[in-house]
Amino acid sequence: NSELFTLTYGALVTQLCKDYENDEDVNKQLDKMGYNIGVRLIEDFLARSNVGRCHDFRETADVIAKVAFKMYLGITPSITNWSPGGDEFSLILENNPLVDFVELPDNHSSLIYSNLLCGVLRGALEMVQMAVDVKFVQDTLKGDSVTEIRMKFLRRIEDNLPAGEE
Amino acid sequence: MADEAIFLLLHNEMVAGLYRAAEQGEGENGRCTTKLESMGFRVGQGLIERFTKDTARFKDELDIMKFICKDFWTTVFKKQIDNLRTNHQGIYVLQDNKFRLLTQISAGKQYLEHAPKYLAFTCGLIRGGLSNLGIKSIVTAEVSSMPACKFQVMIQKM
Repeated sequence: NSELFTLTYGALVTQLCKDYENDEDVNKQLDKMGYNIGVRLIEDFLARSNVGRCHDFRETADVIAKVAFKMYLGITPSITNWSPGGDEFSLILENNPLVDFVELPDNHSSLIYSNLLCGVLRGALEMVQMAVDVKFVQDTLKGDSVTEIRMKFLRRIEDNLPAGEE
Repeated sequence: MADEAIFLLLHNEMVAGLYRAAEQGEGENGRCTTKLESMGFRVGQGLIERFTKDTARFKDELDIMKFICKDFWTTVFKKQIDNLRTNHQGIYVLQDNKFRLLTQISAGKQYLEHAPKYLAFTCGLIRGGLSNLGIKSIVTAEVSSMPACKFQVMIQKM
């Protein structure tokens, strides 16, 4: 039942806005919490979905949009705006279930309400050896027509060998 | 189910996040349970509005409690309350033998001292749901052996 998640998320953001003085701190906290969720979510995802290893960032994008988002949030964002180098793309969400029933008041214009999602994506991908940068570039809560998340591949994370070993 | 998984992860991270912030001095420790309970309260109010939009009027207090135990609990936790007891004088005890938010923590007495953190939100959930049905209450929870727990509802006469 997605309403439970949506309402709980709303209560969380509201509480964080009370606890932290400014929107920037709330954004950071949401990102951090999202990261912690992401590093666990990836295990659940891999167990449920049975997808194999992705060979490139394009495959990763497909799996994120068509499998992961569908599985957890019931929506399938579209993938657009690939950079020429194939290391950056946008996820376009026509509707964002997290913001059902939500309006941003005027005194919270720098709040990135759904910032948890950025942390989740970052944390999850880190666990499969990808360092990525994730941010919102458009947000229906702020009056844009769609919600757009920009994802950029930074580098592959090599497993660290213990010191002294080759 | 996948949607249950994300709620569980979000709930556990909320508990962890609040206690982490309290440890770093951004708030007093005792307030964490209160914050979780009030978040649950807001969610409970919202949820009950959505669930009971089209249901018939409830006959009495017991009818409401049965709704909480069956329909409400099933929608939120995918199972019913296992046992409801009452003294018919405003006290109800809801027993869940396999409480979804505790099953991943332990089976038995290990980590028992941490269990209350994971129950605060749900206590608020129940209190919020009842509140929007016109019932003022105090809800507490106790665990003696996970994942079984009991929620005690004390109806407050207004």
